[in-house]
Amino acid sequence: MTLIEMTGISKHFLPKITALENVDFAAEPGEIHSLLGENGAGKTTLMNILYGLYKADTGKINFDGTEVVINSPRDAINLKIGMVHQHFRLVKRHTVAENIALGLKCDNSLFPLPEVRALIEQVSERYGLNVDPDSYIWELSVGEQQRVEIIKVLCRDIKVLILDEPTSILTPQETETLFRALQLMKQEGIAIVFITHKLDEVMRFSDKVTVLRKGRKVDTVETGSVDKRGLAKLMVGRDVLFRVEKSEACPVEPVLEIKELRAMNDSGLQALDGLSLSVCGGEILGIAGVSGNGQRELVEIITGLRKKTSGEVKIGGTDVSGFKPGKIADIGVAHIPEDRIHKGSVPDMRVLDNLMLRDYRQYSKGLLLGSETMRDQSNEMVKEYNIDTPSLDTPIKLLSGGNIQKVILARELHGSPSLIIASHPTYGLDVGATEQIRNTLLGQRDRGAGVLLISEDLDEILDLSDRVVVIYEGRIMGEVTPDTDVSEIGLLMSGGSQ
Amino acid sequence: MIDLIIGVLRAAIRAGSPLLVGTLGEIYTERSGVLNLGVEGVMLMGAVTAFAVTQTTGSIAVGILAAIIAGGLMGLLHGFMSVTLKVNQYVAGLSLVMVGSGVSSLIGLGYIGIRGKNLRPVFLGFDILVYLFIALAMVLWFILYRTRIGIEIRSVGENPAAADAMGINVDRTRYLCTVLGGALVGLAGAYLSTAYLSSWTDNMTSGRGWIILALTIFASWDPRGAVLGAWIFGGVEALQYRLQPLGISPSFLGMLPFIATIIILVVSGRLSKGNRGPPEALGKPYRRGER
Amino acid sequence: MRIKIEPRADPTWKQTLAVTVFSALIALPIIAVIFWGFHVNPIEAYSVIFEGAFGDWYGLSETLTKAIPLILCGVGLSVAFQTGFYNIGAEGQLLMGAIFTTYVALRWGELPSIIIIPGMLVAAFIGGGIWGLIPTYLRVRFETNEVITTLMMNYIASKTLEYLVYGPWKGADEWGFPYTSKFNVNTWIPTWGFTRIHTPTLVFAVLSGIVLYLVLTRTKIGFETRIVGKNPEAARYLGISYQKIFMIVMLISGGLAGIAGFGEVAGIQHRLRPGISPGYGFTAIIVAWLGRLHPLSTMLVAVLFGGLLVGGEMLQIRLGLPSATIQLFNGVFLLTILSGEYLLRNKIIIEREARQ
Repeated sequence: MTLIEMTGISKHFLPKITALENVDFAAEPGEIHSLLGENGAGKTTLMNILYGLYKADTGKINFDGTEVVINSPRDAINLKIGMVHQHFRLVKRHTVAENIALGLKCDNSLFPLPEVRALIEQVSERYGLNVDPDSYIWELSVGEQQRVEIIKVLCRDIKVLILDEPTSILTPQETETLFRALQLMKQEGIAIVFITHKLDEVMRFSDKVTVLRKGRKVDTVETGSVDKRGLAKLMVGRDVLFRVEKSEACPVEPVLEIKELRAMNDSGLQALDGLSLSVCGGEILGIAGVSGNGQRELVEIITGLRKKTSGEVKIGGTDVSGFKPGKIADIGVAHIPEDRIHKGSVPDMRVLDNLMLRDYRQYSKGLLLGSETMRDQSNEMVKEYNIDTPSLDTPIKLLSGGNIQKVILARELHGSPSLIIASHPTYGLDVGATEQIRNTLLGQRDRGAGVLLISEDLDEILDLSDRVVVIYEGRIMGEVTPDTDVSEIGLLMSGGSQ
Repeated sequence: MIDLIIGVLRAAIRAGSPLLVGTLGEIYTERSGVLNLGVEGVMLMGAVTAFAVTQTTGSIAVGILAAIIAGGLMGLLHGFMSVTLKVNQYVAGLSLVMVGSGVSSLIGLGYIGIRGKNLRPVFLGFDILVYLFIALAMVLWFILYRTRIGIEIRSVGENPAAADAMGINVDRTRYLCTVLGGALVGLAGAYLSTAYLSSWTDNMTSGRGWIILALTIFASWDPRGAVLGAWIFGGVEALQYRLQPLGISPSFLGMLPFIATIIILVVSGRLSKGNRGPPEALGKPYRRGER
Repeated sequence: MRIKIEPRADPTWKQTLAVTVFSALIALPIIAVIFWGFHVNPIEAYSVIFEGAFGDWYGLSETLTKAIPLILCGVGLSVAFQTGFYNIGAEGQLLMGAIFTTYVALRWGELPSIIIIPGMLVAAFIGGGIWGLIPTYLRVRFETNEVITTLMMNYIASKTLEYLVYGPWKGADEWGFPYTSKFNVNTWIPTWGFTRIHTPTLVFAVLSGIVLYLVLTRTKIGFETRIVGKNPEAARYLGISYQKIFMIVMLISGGLAGIAGFGEVAGIQHRLRPGISPGYGFTAIIVAWLGRLHPLSTMLVAVLFGGLLVGGEMLQIRLGLPSATIQLFNGVFLLTILSGEYLLRNKIIIEREARQ
């Protein structure tokens, strides 16, 4: 008898982003059901709705045959649903026991800690997940922290367990430990949903798999009845290859050259693990991959916002170690950031100000801003990039996403940069704006600039790039050539080998 | 010589008592993630309420109770602004200071110069509240670190998303702590006007509210640290009066608590890196699932 | 019927003005209730205030006189707050400016006005500026919270003033009052006719507001300052040093507050004594906030609040209310305006039928 049944779920976010469109999902007790898809496919959103963190715009949820309303995590917990998030919800400064005691209904309501410690040991033994109840979270490795998250959930006697990308931060051994525990839970009749983009795990550990793509459900199949390639194709969904383009070696020195780059992320883990690539002038190199595999750190290192631990980064032949962001911009690097509102612009300032954010020093006369020149330049930019704005003095946050992006493009590309780093440039944009931005990037390429295109949207990558490489766990897994089968890309993105 | 030292110590403990209970209150408020800069105003309201009600009813106990309620109400107001309306907590706190100053001045008009009832010493020359506050510090420490509700409060202040995900009502916890904080600060004010000084003068807190904010940092948001900090500051205040006969200008001595506060802030800041720092979510309004 | 709260995309300036005015107006009945609670007839109280501030020429001139320090402090604060630096120390910076002014006046008061008055002005700017820079340095170097440090500096400044007037600067013929001697006539800032408006300071104040506005909008450094305030992340990316910006902004904010002190001491009191400021530095915070942190509108609001202060004095004289009543006004205004901001950030939608 179906334990969880979600029907017709849709969810939209402001401004105008469709996360889910009419999705159905069902899970049975004692079943390991994986939820597969690329980034932005909607997997986490769907489960967040089940856990009460978001509210669906349409659709209903049935639990054990009865319709339920889940307005908050408390409701979900009451229904015996537990979730282990991709980004842990742990209080770093507290101990394991304190974290697990949070919100737990104990016999001894006032002084829960001794009882919780006993419970932790019980659960640890039962499922083989070991952790010291009195250690502080910040002392633990990421794998151990995840164990705490899982034990936290198991202590609450759940019927449904949701795991969001659980193995992305685990070593192979830790992954084995995890799945052994999951098997035990499965035998006890718990329904397990795990969100993943890794085909290997889907094939090895799950009974069923539901594939989502761009907010819609593609299909639900028994894993026994498909193979990895079939799944990859469902996930990526294309049968048309990318444009055929030149793939010769660079005629001159590469615009960007990276060798064996290593770096840590903010949590102290290895984000980049010996990454090497190069971008020539006059080409667009696309980096495909699920987010969280080192893309953010890579961009931050190239633009001077993060220090590398080892390796070499050369822009136009110059070693840029230790260069500040301003200096890197000065040597001809343009950056179109992923977060166009908070990182790419100053939302409260005018369109004119934002257009001039890079070049204002150039146009200034002594202490004064060269307002006349700035206005003239801005007008030109507005015309050139077809920016739709009531006036130059409108606050930029009032513009549509597409026009904000155009402003950023206009500003960044104005100085004829030699290297352009574009992160997810057409995310959330309508067709017209997307088209224009694609053409702009292609135009820059034709001018001779090198473009590094980073995106989780494979469509975007394949539409624009001359060459495509795949990043996985901080390294380039391989380059994809025009005659590669598209499912191969899916495989590379999910860690499978060629 | 011994007499001098004992005298200073006793004065330090007495002077430190209002600072102690006020800091305990602000510790709870900030532990839940809310910053209440309005302490000076709440304390003034506590002081004047306690004095006025004591005069009117003849009972210090009722006066003190009224002050606790007054403080709690102001805490509630701050909670409403910070948690529900999610306004800028700095400015909200400042407005509380102003309202507290103004209203307390108005209420206090009729009570200036009147000699109030005094809380009599019960043991070792200290009144009962001194002991009560120390006991309170221990109890509040225990609650914060060993009980379920203490874990909830601290989690809400460090990582409200985590607490929310485990079904804790973040808003309710924050309201509770702001009201409790306000009540304790009101009690601190009450101590000033009924035990420490037994009178009312305009603006009688003279900056103690701000010192409490600094003490909260000095104590690393731990009730035990509050005891130490309060007595040290009580000591500075006590020294002020002891050093006067030595011919040092009283104005200069009057500066000491404030200079000491700045020094303590700078030092605490440097020591506060890593795990002894403020609750991570302090001062930031919480919105579920913010994109 | 259900009430739904949705975040609003962005308020227009008309909406902002409407909500601000509305909030300020809501404060009036609240204060009226409080008055009524103290057996003060609110209508009487309000008419005393209004008459006192705007009813006759004398009142108007007093309003302008009180507006001068509010403009100076308010304009400086509006820039500081815009940059994200919470300067609660304008009061202390004002006092420091007064102290530095007094030093110059006592020492060189015989010099001709044309020399001594600008000299005092510069000294005041330096005094207030230094006083503002100290907590800024602590913030920039040690990340020490500036709210408490700037506040502490207020108390230290006030105690310093006390020390000076009870001690080394005590006037020889003041019968034990904590006053300095009256300053030499040369140091007196010229006033306008029979009013107490010390015109040069007023002109300076208004000019400084205009100049700051122009600097913010038309110069490189003003541009960078605004970026630091509105998006520190972007500022960092662009290589703008927030430390440098903080120091410059606070030098100006402190310096202008110091000049407010100069105005009070050399233009009105002609001596140094405790209580030269009825909380101008604090009132200026509300003025700046109400003026939406914009130098020009802040100046207008400063005049309004100047009137409020005059009205407050009238309340003191005629109805016997304490001076802290003004603090009450300030606080209630601030509360209502803050609450009003909630309306600006969110739309309240009332839905008639229940959801399915």
